[in-house]
Amino acid sequence: MIPSAFDYVKATTVDEAVAALVAAGEDAKVLGGGQSLLPVLRLRLNNPSTIVDISTVAEIRTITDEGTSLLIGAGVTTDEVANNPLVKAHAPLLSMTAETVADRAIRHRGTFGGSCAHADPAGDLPTAAAALDCEFVIAGPGGRRTVSAADFFVDFFTTAVGADEVLVAVRVPKMDGYGAHYEKFNRTAQAWAIVGVAAAVKVEGGVITDARVALTNMGPKPIRATSVEAALKGQPATADAIKAAASSAADGTKPTSDVHADAEFRSHLARVLTGRAVATAAGV
Amino acid sequence: MTHISATVDGTHRQGEVEPRLLLVHWLRENLGLVGTPIGCDTSNCGACTVLVNGKSVKSCNVLAVQVDGAEITTIQGLASEDEWHPVQKAFKECHGLQCGFCTPGMIMASVDLLSENPNPTEEEIRDGLHGNLCRCTGYHNIVKAVSHAAAEMSGS
Repeated sequence: MIPSAFDYVKATTVDEAVAALVAAGEDAKVLGGGQSLLPVLRLRLNNPSTIVDISTVAEIRTITDEGTSLLIGAGVTTDEVANNPLVKAHAPLLSMTAETVADRAIRHRGTFGGSCAHADPAGDLPTAAAALDCEFVIAGPGGRRTVSAADFFVDFFTTAVGADEVLVAVRVPKMDGYGAHYEKFNRTAQAWAIVGVAAAVKVEGGVITDARVALTNMGPKPIRATSVEAALKGQPATADAIKAAASSAADGTKPTSDVHADAEFRSHLARVLTGRAVATAAGV
Repeated sequence: MTHISATVDGTHRQGEVEPRLLLVHWLRENLGLVGTPIGCDTSNCGACTVLVNGKSVKSCNVLAVQVDGAEITTIQGLASEDEWHPVQKAFKECHGLQCGFCTPGMIMASVDLLSENPNPTEEEIRDGLHGNLCRCTGYHNIVKAVSHAAAEMSGS
């Protein structure tokens, strides 16, 4: 399968990339690691007139310690996110989630920023970003702006990044003192989540004092399980309390039905996997 | 057309390519390196795996223009002049193949895995190779081959 012809612009800076997008108009696409875009191009699900390649822009390939947060460049690969010592120390939910993405070869080229900007509802990294209340730094013709995870993910494959904008970096608040786990149900040969659950839990003196829980593939975008989070706070870190709180994981969600799972089974998975993810994160 | 150059299996190669040309097509059709097969063409099966700057990638999922300046190793660049690579020998020794179609990608993915984890457990091998599909063997002899190669390469 061969993609349609397109004009190719290799940007060396973020400003060059934005200028190229402005010049190219609405149907241009940004190429990072290409692990989601290339399948789309080969299957001709999208035929952009211009591809703006940002994969060698130096600014977006670094991880910076900002004190209370990490700034992860949009071009940092999933493999680097999984193995970087700073990410493992301060945002273990993100590194654990990255380890479950696709396979080694895909992780070597696919990027954290690219996964978020692609916004596949079955993607794992957007869910971790939602659970961690990440912020997204977006560059456009008018300068740079920062968007919260709650506002970044809009719908199926749709984010706050405009046609003439580029995702530059993701700011990840440090979650020191939290236990973390990403629990995913998937077919062995394909790592796409049928349902996934990201959990970060703080336990002090045997009591859950804070919990972040987000769901993959239970709707068109990552969903925070706010009722579970509220139910967990103040509860003892025990199997029974966690199971009771997890029972509301699918409340208010409208998951799709497809060949892998119908909506009812997805709701069941959300409850079971939430229980497992929270229990593991809480060390129960 | 865009000019690219790269080191492929130790040899400097260059050419004019269309931006839409996939790396696997550059290797096979422009450079004649047909040892790298196209399996699924959907980035699932891993048959087209090569190393780019020492790390495994699925060459059907990368544009040729993206490897400008890179060092690429295909299955055809693995052996030295007079000797197979230990992973190649182990796949032969342990019969880690039947039809052989997935084998180039399976071997390149194994080389990549062993470069990061020289002594993987069976579980780590299965997890490390789960992006490479084999429809014949049931994977048992492939896993044995990677274990055997690891032992040979570490001298135990």
